[in-house]
Amino acid sequence: MARGMPIRAGTVGLVIYLILLMLPIYWMLNMSLRTNADILSTFSLVPTSLTLDNYLKIFTDPSWYSGYINSILYVSMNMVISVAVALPAAYAFSRYRFLGDKHLFFWLLTNRMAPAAVFALPFFQLYSSVGLIDTHIAVALAHCLFNVPLAVWILEGFMSGVPRELDEMAAIDGHGFPKFFFFMFLPLIRTGIGVTAFFCFMFSWVELLMARTLTTTEAKPIAAVMTRTVSATGLDWGLLAAAGILTIVPGALVIYFVRNYIAKGFALGRV
Amino acid sequence: MDTKPVNQRAWLMVAPVLVIVAFSALIPLMTVVNYSVQDIFGPGEAYWVGVEWFQEVLRDRRLHDALFRQFLFSGLVLLIEIPLGVAIALAMPRSGWKVSLVLIVLALPLLIPWNVIGTIWIIFTRPDIGLFGVAINAAGLTFDHTARPLDAWVTLMLMEVWHWTPLVALLAYAGLKAIPPAYYQAARIDGAGPWSVFWYIQLPKMRGVLTIAVLLRFMDSFLIYAEPFVLTGGGPGNTTTFLSIYLVKMALGQFDLGPAAAFSIIYFLIVLLFSWVFYQALQNVGRADRAGGGPQG
Repeated sequence: MARGMPIRAGTVGLVIYLILLMLPIYWMLNMSLRTNADILSTFSLVPTSLTLDNYLKIFTDPSWYSGYINSILYVSMNMVISVAVALPAAYAFSRYRFLGDKHLFFWLLTNRMAPAAVFALPFFQLYSSVGLIDTHIAVALAHCLFNVPLAVWILEGFMSGVPRELDEMAAIDGHGFPKFFFFMFLPLIRTGIGVTAFFCFMFSWVELLMARTLTTTEAKPIAAVMTRTVSATGLDWGLLAAAGILTIVPGALVIYFVRNYIAKGFALGRV
Repeated sequence: MDTKPVNQRAWLMVAPVLVIVAFSALIPLMTVVNYSVQDIFGPGEAYWVGVEWFQEVLRDRRLHDALFRQFLFSGLVLLIEIPLGVAIALAMPRSGWKVSLVLIVLALPLLIPWNVIGTIWIIFTRPDIGLFGVAINAAGLTFDHTARPLDAWVTLMLMEVWHWTPLVALLAYAGLKAIPPAYYQAARIDGAGPWSVFWYIQLPKMRGVLTIAVLLRFMDSFLIYAEPFVLTGGGPGNTTTFLSIYLVKMALGQFDLGPAAAFSIIYFLIVLLFSWVFYQALQNVGRADRAGGGPQG
């Protein structure tokens, strides 16, 4: 202002919006740094007596921290499976026409849009019958229901941005298809692969219904560990808030790398 | 666009996806179909009942109410989130480090597990410890989302708008960024004000991304489960019981497998119908954007 810069009303609105956006998260952070007795007895905008006890409890109690390990395990498995199977399929969709391709593409989309609630019970029975209940791979496979279609759609969008002439030139130069695909084509769309992996990570990380239905103790995700605490008697708000803050950390760490592509991912590769 | 070579061997590349999605989609779906036409008492004790469950579900008053609430909720979500998201995108900076900062802050709510979203809002709105709840009560208004249906709805809408408006903003921003600077220069030469720039340049250019935003927000809000489950548990009473919550109550809570399965199929058909609309729209968006994105336009 001192330099005579005009401040637009829109900018003011944006700053207010962003502050409002951060407020609920700040409030949880505030709660997580206080003891439960302190939270219930005094109301204050900033934590007066800072304590890291809630975080310490989570990091030392196996029933808490194993929830994080379980979540990270099945999310990683899902990410690898989804991207691995989606790569060749996305290439096929972006480069060739074949019998039923459009119908197949639509069918994949319907699975991204499928209500998880519809699948909860049959999933439980399916995975019980093959003895996979309460394993990480069960959740990883179940999440493939929406992540594999998503990965195919996003990757297809990125792959279609690479001109087809490149494939033809590589063939003329005498490069075999595997060599072309792995050493020339994939490096070209590495951004797309990164973005796809990020979205698979994200949608597997935020999902609760299926993950909770398919696990009991050994592979229980952190999100489900938290709901158990909510329904138990004598809520420890500080502990709950600390657990919540820790579920935000992984996403906040990786988001920096995909900030410019996040809209493209949400638009299923179609921006 | 239509010069792609025909190659039936491409099926081989699609096969792994087919196998994995079929395993997690077709088999469960067949199980649901099985349940929807039988009465099952235990292993080996199933009786064919035909469309009885479907008739029962279609007559279910509570289902009608849940469906009405669901459409009301999704409608409100679109009415609030789309204009707000566009407004935020218009106010966002166009370049520099500020863009990165705004993008990261905007995307943060999208990366939080859905039940934690509910937890955040419980902590935020409780009348005893929540900043929002305490502030509203201090202002002289009674507010308690666990006892008053209207308050529960207000809280849910606030949470939903907080959670998902950033998605609309991100998509709209991506659409705005794709407008060539020449358009703005031409508008300046013509002496167009901000309103005409928005109406004749920005809004038409955002049509593609906004179509995606509308459909995505409609679908996902139509399927909402974890956030209201944690925040209100469908209450007070049944006033925030949406379709997914009702379905899970039926299937896993009361174990009414037959009606729950019939309900699942109806639910799935509704979603399928909207997916079809979505797909058609997406196809057109993709074509228009790719055709218009080239250097020659």
